[in-house]
Amino acid sequence: MTSTMLDLYEKIVGEAVIGHLRQLAEPLADMKVIHVNSTKNGGGVAEILHQLIPLKRELGIDAKWEVITGDAEFYQCTKRFHNGLQGIPVGISKTLLDNYEKTNERNAEVLREELEDADIVFIHDPQPAALLQFCPDRIGRWIWRCHIDVSKPYRPIWKYLRKYVVNYDASIFSLPAFARHLPHTQCIIPPSIDPLSEKNIELSREEIDSVIHRFHLDPDKPIILQVSRFDRFKDPLGVIHAYKLTKNFIPVQLVLAGGGAADDPEGEIVLNEVKTAAADDPDIHVLLLPPDAHRTINALQRASDLILQKSTKEGFGLTVAEAMWKGKPVIGGDTGGIRLQVVNYHTGFLINTPEGAALRIRYLLNNRPKLQEMGKKAKSFVLENFLITRHLREYLTLMAALTQEDVGERLEL
Amino acid sequence: MPEPFGLKDCALLVIATGKSAQNLRELRDNIMTIHQGSIYYHFWGNLLRPRFDDPEYNNDFAAWVRHSLHDAIMAERLSMLDPTEYHEIDDLRQELIDLIEERLDETELVLWSKADRQFYFLRSQVVVFDTRRVIHNPEELGQTIPHLSIGSIFYHFIDARRRTPERRDDFRAWLAGFGEEYFPLIDGLAAIDPYFSSLTELRNRLIITVQKFFTGEKS
Repeated sequence: MTSTMLDLYEKIVGEAVIGHLRQLAEPLADMKVIHVNSTKNGGGVAEILHQLIPLKRELGIDAKWEVITGDAEFYQCTKRFHNGLQGIPVGISKTLLDNYEKTNERNAEVLREELEDADIVFIHDPQPAALLQFCPDRIGRWIWRCHIDVSKPYRPIWKYLRKYVVNYDASIFSLPAFARHLPHTQCIIPPSIDPLSEKNIELSREEIDSVIHRFHLDPDKPIILQVSRFDRFKDPLGVIHAYKLTKNFIPVQLVLAGGGAADDPEGEIVLNEVKTAAADDPDIHVLLLPPDAHRTINALQRASDLILQKSTKEGFGLTVAEAMWKGKPVIGGDTGGIRLQVVNYHTGFLINTPEGAALRIRYLLNNRPKLQEMGKKAKSFVLENFLITRHLREYLTLMAALTQEDVGERLEL
Repeated sequence: MPEPFGLKDCALLVIATGKSAQNLRELRDNIMTIHQGSIYYHFWGNLLRPRFDDPEYNNDFAAWVRHSLHDAIMAERLSMLDPTEYHEIDDLRQELIDLIEERLDETELVLWSKADRQFYFLRSQVVVFDTRRVIHNPEELGQTIPHLSIGSIFYHFIDARRRTPERRDDFRAWLAGFGEEYFPLIDGLAAIDPYFSSLTELRNRLIITVQKFFTGEKS
């Protein structure tokens, strides 16, 4: 049966939602659609693509996923793009920029034929953004999908990247605040989680307990967890500070779980800082997990009492939706995409400081009925807004709008 | 006999206009020139957005003025703007401008929002789905309304007022073809205020109105 995946989603989201996807996909049948990013594993983009591509294929769309490759200098440059787009003033040498362009050109040589032949190309984030200029005979529509918080970019970096982005047919941002001045359609499409992925499927109590045991966590002490890359914008040191303020009042253990992404050379430096800050406390568990430890992260989230995402900048923060899907309230930084998911006082709390985080941790751990009520609301909020089916519907809508003539404000199917 | 009523459903794809405002003056200036669809979206689009509470303010302009500019007076005035009273979006646009200018005249200080709390002008692309279900007669409409999605309610009861030349909802337009017998039902539907409630509440009021008509119950 070819409809297995959609049938499984239908059990979660209902018949009407899947019916909408099928209707939207009808005019897109057999279209060649290619997604391009820079890593197959690690980070939210790769996770979304792992699920979106097979779903599109099941809907009859000829979807593919290509990954560009580069050397250490390329990733050093794109990491600086990432930091610069999030507002940190970073300089990038001409040598690094030349290497960025050459890397895109080299990748274009490998991918050119299929990219130029595709009906729709999704380019994810800045790493492959320059591919477009090396595909002059392209026939399809090209969409730049930005997953980063670019609300206040460091201008020289945005100015450099804009010259590539401006030539796309459309771009997609996760939040209205991230949209830029560009001469094409800019859609606002928040990302999503997949309820059927290893990271989000239901787990048995035994499996959750085995993970608690494996990492020597105390099953009788409340667990607070932050899952994220070891990245300054995720503020892991602020999380440790909040934990230390909390444990003066209530017994608690902290788990900081994360992995490195192949395109993030800074992770190791931040991880060492975290290990230093955590060194003398047996209740702080710093777990460096491999990129495919999805089931382990799932179990850790389910084993936790509540979840932190104390980011100071966040494109979206898929870990927030993941935690909420497991019925956990989230205490999150009042920034970027976290604001979209953490509805203050309903699905969790928005905070600005380690002190604020500590206050809310104490409140929820001392008010179990409230914690459970918020967790329940959090799960239903994700069901309605942040599952992959909604994400796919919006991608398909954009694809249909871009490939049909004179759609205007209303796309009738 | 009118043609069978084809049930549709809809969803919105949100599109950024690239325009934003950080104070009332900028809000006014952008409202003067912004795409009609953006004004429509900021009055009606919130109905299809998730929310937990009854909204304190009924449109995005009022909510932003209250929560980001902290101007309660302006927020209260803006929140009483009812878009159903304006036949054309441009009339609503002008009323918005007048209200804001009145407030600008009476205040000495221009209040500013924080940089990350700006008003972002958005519009939407409506994608319309065919549910492949049809209704053949008014009685069937009564049985069907309780099972309609909120997207269907939005499309037929709200979006229709902008989409159709008569500027009225699809249910009334269709029922009119069945003759005088259904005029009381049409009047009942016309009396429902589509603006000051959620789509779920709106669906409940539609159910009650239709049921009252068919059971002959007096309101």
